[in-house]
Amino acid sequence: MNTRLAFVLACFALLALFPLVAGSYGIDLVTKIMVYAIFALSLELLVGGTGLVCFGQAAFFGIGAYTAVLLSSDSNASSLAWLLPASVLAAAAYALVVGSLSLRTKGVYFIMVTLAFAQMAYYVVHDTPLGGGTDGIYLTLKPVLGTLLDLDKPGTLYGFTLACLVLVFAGLAVLGRSRFGRALAGIRVNEQRMRATGFSTYPYKLAAFTVSGGIAGLAGFLFAVKDGFVNPEMMSWHLSGAVLIMIILGGLGHLRGALIGAFAFALLQELFKSEAIFGAFAKHWHLGLGLSIIACVVLLSRGLVGLPAQLPARLLGAKNSEGAAP
Amino acid sequence: MDLSTFLIQCLNALQYGLLLFLVASGLTLIFGIMGVINLAHGSFYMVGAYMAYALAPMVASTFGGGFFATLVVGVALAVVMGYVLEWAFFSFLYEREHLQQVLMTYGLILVFEELRSLLVGDEVHGVEVPALLAGTLPLGAMMTYPVYRLFISGVCLALALGMYLVFTRTRLGMMIRAGSANREMVQSLGIDIKFLYRVVFAAGMAIAVLAGMVAAPVSSVYPGMGDTVLIICFVVVVIGGIGSIRGALLAALLIGVVDTFGKVLLPQAAGVLVYVLMALILLWKPDGLFKAA
Repeated sequence: MNTRLAFVLACFALLALFPLVAGSYGIDLVTKIMVYAIFALSLELLVGGTGLVCFGQAAFFGIGAYTAVLLSSDSNASSLAWLLPASVLAAAAYALVVGSLSLRTKGVYFIMVTLAFAQMAYYVVHDTPLGGGTDGIYLTLKPVLGTLLDLDKPGTLYGFTLACLVLVFAGLAVLGRSRFGRALAGIRVNEQRMRATGFSTYPYKLAAFTVSGGIAGLAGFLFAVKDGFVNPEMMSWHLSGAVLIMIILGGLGHLRGALIGAFAFALLQELFKSEAIFGAFAKHWHLGLGLSIIACVVLLSRGLVGLPAQLPARLLGAKNSEGAAP
Repeated sequence: MDLSTFLIQCLNALQYGLLLFLVASGLTLIFGIMGVINLAHGSFYMVGAYMAYALAPMVASTFGGGFFATLVVGVALAVVMGYVLEWAFFSFLYEREHLQQVLMTYGLILVFEELRSLLVGDEVHGVEVPALLAGTLPLGAMMTYPVYRLFISGVCLALALGMYLVFTRTRLGMMIRAGSANREMVQSLGIDIKFLYRVVFAAGMAIAVLAGMVAAPVSSVYPGMGDTVLIICFVVVVIGGIGSIRGALLAALLIGVVDTFGKVLLPQAAGVLVYVLMALILLWKPDGLFKAA
């Protein structure tokens, strides 16, 4: 119990100390990964927390990002105090609409309906004048908070993103232990039984879906601010798929799984893309990433989170106790 | 739109729909019977298209043979590949969570894509229509229609009929249907379910590869061609109802019509129409049009 808490605290402490040793490339990379981690946490609430596999999470991410860019003015920097909530609310509002309709379906049908709604959002920004087409839109002036925070500075943005990540993680951890979170866990394990015990499950699922959309919107906002640029690819199903892969890779059912998964996925990608290590073969980085993912599935039945529990058994050559997992 | 343009669009819609059905039927089989969400199915389609391009010269030099020999060799290779893939990557995954299989098939997509890049390269290729089918049929006074597109429709229809007969009339089909309904019960009746799954997987892969090979002359062969097909095939599978071949056929034809006529009548919104259709159908019937028993 405490080792898990210690692990998470150590991760956050390392992230807080990282800018002291890193150069600008490292800061940019880790900022990006932390944004992905927030994004992955939003999906973990649905998939690991509630048992709803959403394949359209990129829509909420993209809506957060596009809202930030579209509402910013070109003449003077907008205030973080209203731009951030506006982006989160816009994403949450779309999630409320999508959730209220798609939660009528279950299982794979749910996966595909959420994909359908994400594709609709994708085509709106891709094919209408609103979203600037495939070229995307630039964010000329990054948001500020008075004189306190200027997100144009990479160091400030790093700190702000880390703060958001810690808050989202802590918020979801508290949520998971609340009555609401227990009800979501109950829905994941056996929705029929939850209904039989007198829970009206639909509002719970819808609330989880909306909160998740809002958090994804926060991640999208941060991503737009970091890159100063949005384009329709932020809403494509490739991104929805990638974030799903991150949390499965990390291990479902654990918040830290989303954290580990986002870092593992992004760092593996960086590793295999690195020309310093692989030379000309770095062009074929998908191969290394794909083989690593396959190796993870073969060796780890519960994702990277299960590594400490399975590693000793593997090293000793004993049969691992996969069936004993709760 | 005059009558002959309308007719041509109808034939195009039919051909596109039937081709989608061919790819989607393998997906729905593997999905409905084995419970595996196979994201790599689009890659199988891509493998097929690249086989049509890369195998043709080899087959021509060994057997002296043409397009149809290439088809036969390609399908035979696909069956072997499917059999081996199931054994190597899926046979131990059935007891695990579904999402673990998703992760596995995602890894396979990346590997297939890079192996393709390493073996054949990243260029776009064209594949020639076989000489026997290269002609056109007159349609009305001014228009013509390529024979090869009719051939694609014919192949798809023949396979659809074949699948229907295998499922409803043979012992193997009966075992497959039983296996999808209750895995343990079939096993306890003495049927080798592992072998059955391997056969289904190999057949699903062979159908996708065949679809890719047949489609290659009209669609050309390019990197990432599997991705587009994969998503649209999932749409077909889900609209039709998971595991239902009949549903997949109907849904594929529906998508073919909506997509083809959407591109003609509403070019700005063509991309999104298919998804609007899927959302509407699933909100109306949350289990697809034909839910498999």
